Amino acid sequence: MEALDIARWQFGITTVYHFLMVPLTIGLGLLVALLQTMWHRTGKEEYLRMTKFWGKLFLINFIMGVATGIVQEFQFGMAWSEYSRFVGDVFGAPLAMEALLAFFVESTFLGLWIFGWQKLPARIHLACLWIAVLGSVLSAYFILVANSWMQHPVGVRMVDGRPRMVDAWAVFTNNTALVTFPHTLTGSLAVAGGFLLGISWYHLWRRRRDGIDTVDDDGRVLVGESAVIPGRDKTDHKVWLRSLRIGAVVAMLAFAGTAITGDMQGKLMFQQQPMKMAAAEAACHDGTSFSILSLGDVGSKDCSAVVAVIEVPGLLSFLAHNDFSTDVKGVNSLVPEYQAKYGTNLPNDPIYGDRAGQPIHYVPVMAVTYWGFRVMIGFGGLAALAALVALVLVRKGTVPSSKWLMRLALCGILAPFGANAAGWIFTEMGRQPFVVAPNPQLSGVDRVFMFTAAAVSPGVSAGELIFSLVALGTVYAALLVVEVRLLVRYIRGGVASAMPELADLAPHDGSDPHGSGPQPPANDDVLAFAY
Amino acid sequence: METLPTLWFVLIAVLWTGYLFLEGFDLGIGMLIKLFARNNDERRVLLNTVGPVWDGNEVWLITAAGATFAAFPLWYASLLSAMYLPLVLVLLGLIFRAVAFEYRGKVNAHRWRNRWDWAIAVGSFVSAFGIGAALALTTTGLPLNANGDRVGGPFAWFNGYAVLGGLAVVGFALMHAAAFLMLKTDGEIRLRARSLLRRWLPVALLPMAIWAAAVAAQYGKAASWLLIVLAAAGAAAAWRFAGQGREGRSFLAMGVFLVSASAAIFGSVFPRVLPSTLNHAWDLTISNASSSPYTLGLMSIVACFGLPMVLAYQAWTYWVFRKRISAAHLPDQHDVVPAIGTAEFGTADNRTADNRTAADGTLG
Ligand code: HDD
Ligand code: HEM
Ligand code: HEM
Repeated sequence: MEALDIARWQFGITTVYHFLMVPLTIGLGLLVALLQTMWHRTGKEEYLRMTKFWGKLFLINFIMGVATGIVQEFQFGMAWSEYSRFVGDVFGAPLAMEALLAFFVESTFLGLWIFGWQKLPARIHLACLWIAVLGSVLSAYFILVANSWMQHPVGVRMVDGRPRMVDAWAVFTNNTALVTFPHTLTGSLAVAGGFLLGISWYHLWRRRRDGIDTVDDDGRVLVGESAVIPGRDKTDHKVWLRSLRIGAVVAMLAFAGTAITGDMQGKLMFQQQPMKMAAAEAACHDGTSFSILSLGDVGSKDCSAVVAVIEVPGLLSFLAHNDFSTDVKGVNSLVPEYQAKYGTNLPNDPIYGDRAGQPIHYVPVMAVTYWGFRVMIGFGGLAALAALVALVLVRKGTVPSSKWLMRLALCGILAPFGANAAGWIFTEMGRQPFVVAPNPQLSGVDRVFMFTAAAVSPGVSAGELIFSLVALGTVYAALLVVEVRLLVRYIRGGVASAMPELADLAPHDGSDPHGSGPQPPANDDVLAFAY
Repeated sequence: METLPTLWFVLIAVLWTGYLFLEGFDLGIGMLIKLFARNNDERRVLLNTVGPVWDGNEVWLITAAGATFAAFPLWYASLLSAMYLPLVLVLLGLIFRAVAFEYRGKVNAHRWRNRWDWAIAVGSFVSAFGIGAALALTTTGLPLNANGDRVGGPFAWFNGYAVLGGLAVVGFALMHAAAFLMLKTDGEIRLRARSLLRRWLPVALLPMAIWAAAVAAQYGKAASWLLIVLAAAGAAAAWRFAGQGREGRSFLAMGVFLVSASAAIFGSVFPRVLPSTLNHAWDLTISNASSSPYTLGLMSIVACFGLPMVLAYQAWTYWVFRKRISAAHLPDQHDVVPAIGTAEFGTADNRTADNRTAADGTLG
């Protein structure tokens, strides 16, 4: 493999991996802040427990977002130096602002929140969490501004062959960024909603399984208590039932949010990157129909093998133009347009290495765009539907005793993660062969674009890239195993895993090998939290 | 015309110095986990002195990189791509360190903790060394061609300066951590940190002084020598104050050492940001590597508001957590056991496994 291909694999893998942690951080952070606010307002024990438990899982995940994010910050310069030189003037600014205005806030105030229990006044402690979470949201905005500029360059003028920022307002209010931002936020909330739902389902099921909760003849729950299992009291039932309902509602609203904002993104995309949308549809010929299912080789380069099996007439036209009859351009008519504008072959410039002078393929890998688009919407929709069903099933206060339903609920946690990853893969690979996509309809600045083939670091060898790809890949895979196992451990521990004091409160009858033992004297000096 | 690039050169130097000053002690503490702490209690004390702040400290590095990207994209691109392999190791070190800080206490078992202790110690060492090497080479130069790309293969960056810079940051971090521990802990650790500093400071700070002197000699500016003398005075003062038990002053004197040495180094190199060892016509300087005045102006406004705010709330954090820590302040570590009926699942061995090792968690 050439350096370029390895660098692309590396960027794709590390970024998608980073984005497994990111949506959970953003979404769960918002929900934990909300829960702590409820506790602050009502003083109810169940909200404290929810804050502590979900907060613990939030932290286990958060740190992986931090660790993998550092790689992102350096990667542009290390593997994509030509790209960094080309876009630095406009692209570096949001990245630097993200660090200065968002990451500092996030990390500092989260530290205050973690270690500040009982040390800070309750209001200030709560405020610290909100500030940290809003820092995450702000960081998402800045990075998406950067990313949106690659999708739709605005606010620049070409000077000496490089874009120079001339209008910061245009860059920071790029219409692409303004719709991508809420779309990503709602996508993150979908992840957090599914997470709450699946895990709470497991615990409600577990309570039934252990004979703590039972149901009466109407199927209505009779809440019980366990003397031996730490934390399994009546409040515990409230914790899980309420978490489940919040999760389900959030998941449904979030999906609605992604659909509305996604529709807006689609309309922009038809103007800004028509080839991406045509490829997402495997639409070869101009037309108005939206394909639900196309068979044949959607991955083929020339479109001839694609056969649409199920089509909805007019829908594609609606997605693009809000009416049912305007033709949307297919791949076959777009390719000559792109060739006329941006050439048929890569320029004979040493910057392209071996690829100089070779023909340009303007059609992205259609199998990826086509299925990426469908997986994103499909998984998101499935998760929302599941949330609706879950709400109905728990209306009498607990979950059915079926083990398979419980497993399904746990598996359902993965669907929104999959939708997010698919969305990014679709967005980024659909932009190929450009790394900075041009604006065919002059909605941005014309003639500002860069081929991915020119972006990679010329001085870095394929061997170095292979080394880093293998090293990072191995470490990431190992850490994913560690993270998931740690999450599972804390999830199975229930609230007591985040509040060890619950274990000490539980009455003991000698059968528990973990007797509470002598407790340290109540001492103000002992930290409420320590590593 | 050159005011904005100069301002940004200074700001980036400030960011690096801030990074070394703050993360310096938590990188050092990371290494001391294996070099200095004798048992789990001591390790926990060390970790908890930086627990609430290390992540905020690390953002100084991210900001330094981001600011370089925004203000001097060509510097960012050339330095990072030229030092590809060592930076991969730095990133791996930082990843392990970050995860280890958070995960180490999450399972109450000796093997688990021991593995993460190694991750913290080695991760801290590798990242301190690699960052030192990269900083040294950006001041003494790399073999770059006219486009700013490395010539001569994956190891062309390697030379004595890389080692010197690596040792400089590692040595400084270790001593700075000792000074920080004197300030933040109580009891035996505090005393041992003091003797660590008294014994090793003259050796450990030497590489950074040599680096500063080498750069000053190479670029020949009189003011640099003045700063180096000041740095030496700072080091001597840190050593003396430590002997007198004046811990706050000793820590501040370490700061004087760092700021003077770093000012000497960056000041000597100015206006270059990354010299080429092949041809000085290809040196990256503040004028040929910087962004447009428009971008620099925008970033200046942001920094003008942002940086003081960061300093203010980070200072507040240190104030909130100003208390000295000793083993007596640490809560017991607890086991995480499944909240399920004991009838089934493989929970039984889970419990015994945790039990077997629980003793290690509370006793030193
Ligand atoms: C839970 C996650 C999730 C869900 C349910 C959806 N999306 Fe999405 N989508 C993403 C997560 C996502 C994402 C990961 O957040 C992306 C990738 C980049 C971005 O901005 O958002 C994305 C990108 C993305 C794009 C590409 C934008 C571009 O290339 O500029 C379009 C057109 C849509 N989405 C449209 C939709 C529609 C019409 C949806 C529902 C009916 C939908 N998405 C549901
Ligand atoms: C500011 C934010 C981002 C920038 C600047 C960016 C930039 C890039 C660059 C330079 C590449 C390599 C060239 C290429 O192959 O396209 C790439 C590829 C990729 N990125 Fe992004 N990206 C960003 C955000 C994301 C995020 C958050 C994700 C999702 C998690 C993502 C997913 C991908 C994928 C899947 C690829 C591989 C595409 C391919 O190899 O063709 N990107 N991106
Ligand atoms: C490819 C471009 C990206 C870069 C360069 C990048 C950079 C970073 C860095 C350096 C961190 C660690 C910060 C710390 O140490 O505290 C981080 C974490 C994070 N990033 Fe990314 N990121 C990218 C993509 C994204 C996207 C697209 C989003 C949101 C939509 C995002 C949102 C976050 C969040 C919420 C975290 C959680 C952990 C934290 O901020 O500390 N990132 N990112």
